Amino acid sequence: MTPSAERDGGGGGEPLLAARAVTKRFGGLTALSEVSLTVQVGEIVGLIGPNGAGKTTLFNCFTGLYHPSAGTVHLEGRPLAGLKPHAVAALGLARTFQNIRLFANMSVLENVMVGRHVRTRAGVLGAVLRGPRTRAEERSIRERSLDLLDGVGLGGRADQLARHLPYGDQRRLEIARALATEPKLLALDEPAAGMNHTETAALKGLLETIRGRGVTLLLIEHDVRLMMDLCDRVAVLDYGRKIADGPPEQVQRDPAVIEAYLGAGAA
Amino acid sequence: MDVLLQQLINGLILGSLYALVALGYTMVYGILELINFAHGEIVMVGAMVSVSVLAALTAAGVPVALALPLALAAAVVVCVVTGVLVERIAYRPLRNAPRLAPLITAIGVSIVLQNLAMIFWGRQYLSFPPVIEVRVYDVLGATVSNIQILILVVAALTMGGLLLLVNRTRLGRAMRATAQNREVAGLMGVDVNRVIAATFIVGSALAAVAGLLIASYYGIAHYNMGFILGLKAFSAAVLGGIGNIPGALLGGLLLGVIESLGAGYIGDLTGGFLGSHYQDIFAFLILILVLTFRPSGLLGERVADRA
Repeated sequence: MTPSAERDGGGGGEPLLAARAVTKRFGGLTALSEVSLTVQVGEIVGLIGPNGAGKTTLFNCFTGLYHPSAGTVHLEGRPLAGLKPHAVAALGLARTFQNIRLFANMSVLENVMVGRHVRTRAGVLGAVLRGPRTRAEERSIRERSLDLLDGVGLGGRADQLARHLPYGDQRRLEIARALATEPKLLALDEPAAGMNHTETAALKGLLETIRGRGVTLLLIEHDVRLMMDLCDRVAVLDYGRKIADGPPEQVQRDPAVIEAYLGAGAA
Repeated sequence: MDVLLQQLINGLILGSLYALVALGYTMVYGILELINFAHGEIVMVGAMVSVSVLAALTAAGVPVALALPLALAAAVVVCVVTGVLVERIAYRPLRNAPRLAPLITAIGVSIVLQNLAMIFWGRQYLSFPPVIEVRVYDVLGATVSNIQILILVVAALTMGGLLLLVNRTRLGRAMRATAQNREVAGLMGVDVNRVIAATFIVGSALAAVAGLLIASYYGIAHYNMGFILGLKAFSAAVLGGIGNIPGALLGGLLLGVIESLGAGYIGDLTGGFLGSHYQDIFAFLILILVLTFRPSGLLGERVADRA
């Protein structure tokens, strides 16, 4: 993995991601209710909550897949309202998926190469004419993608079809593909789901390396230990509302959080 | 023996034309799951434009070596503009509508284009100017003309170029990613609308090439020629597995050969009851058989792919 770009740590205090009072309704169902969340540059922020709490819906609102019914989302101070997913990716927000969504019938390498699309430019004419610049660009796409695969430990599997990868490798391929877009913020939806202890430990190391390269991380995860070890801050959603937000050890003791997870009366 | 060989050669040439057109159907289907019934009309537009331009240029004394490429270029430009406009005006607004809506729209677009062509060019047949002196070669008792060889070469080069584009370029990768999962491709930074527009550009350019070649093959162009041609190319795409690019090549070639053999032997087979003008039934017989027994086509697997 190579550093995506040089980024300074503070950024003058402006949050990298700022969601303000995001509400998302589907017909009569309110999936998110006035959720506010900020992520500072360089942070690892966790998002937890019981199933159906609205975590993935919030991700979808960030990445342009859904448009919030109310509220705003800013990335580096720029509003994301109305932007198509590819435009959000171009601004520097990439994601992975809870249910793995690779391009199953493309090779492992090609999956990552698709992620380079947004940082490269050759179009119809370039494809037809294949000039020296197009060839050089294609070569750099390939080299960069191979580097990224090496970074997640998949360098040896570049030519296999993505659907032939074991489950854990597919999750890591999704991370490499997302990194190929050179994100400032990488949003990971349950990256450790289905992984065993060894794989989860390796994942933790990988995520720390990615943060070390200057990428800010926002992750949804159910693995409590991973979250407590990894995250600088944890936000908790329950029934579409944010009920807690703070350092992991504080959130862990929060009565509202315990109640959300164990049911009323447990606190 | 020489009849068989002759029909095989004719079938191969006819099939390469079907394959060119079938590619346009299959590319759009692969990305949008839309059967673009207007594609046959784009081919017709390509044929009409190239014949008109070629006739005008040769009448003005432009040498053939220059007039042919210019006619092709004009056809490509007009077809690409038409294809992109059709996508923009007729299909994009229905991108998220139930699938029947864009399908019926495609049939509507097809009728509109036919009628526009009729208004513009009239009802008469345009004949392909005799710019190339026909030479006939003898191959093991069968005959091949230089025009047929030219058609085969141009079609093969065009299809080879398309395969390279789809498999080896940034745009082709984006097309395949969009075909596999449009939503995820968008989230990974692919501007899906541009990729879809590019697909129509490439498909329409192929249609323009096909239009010129078909006009030179039959020697005529007509506002109505896209209809049957489109249906046959669609049958070829279904035969190979719609959405699958190698499938369109295979399906096109197979259909051409089957049709050609059928036309050659149907008289013998039916004791003279049916003549070679019944050749059109083979394409649709195949369409029915494929849809009944192997709806995914010879190379198709898209249905399972989507699950």
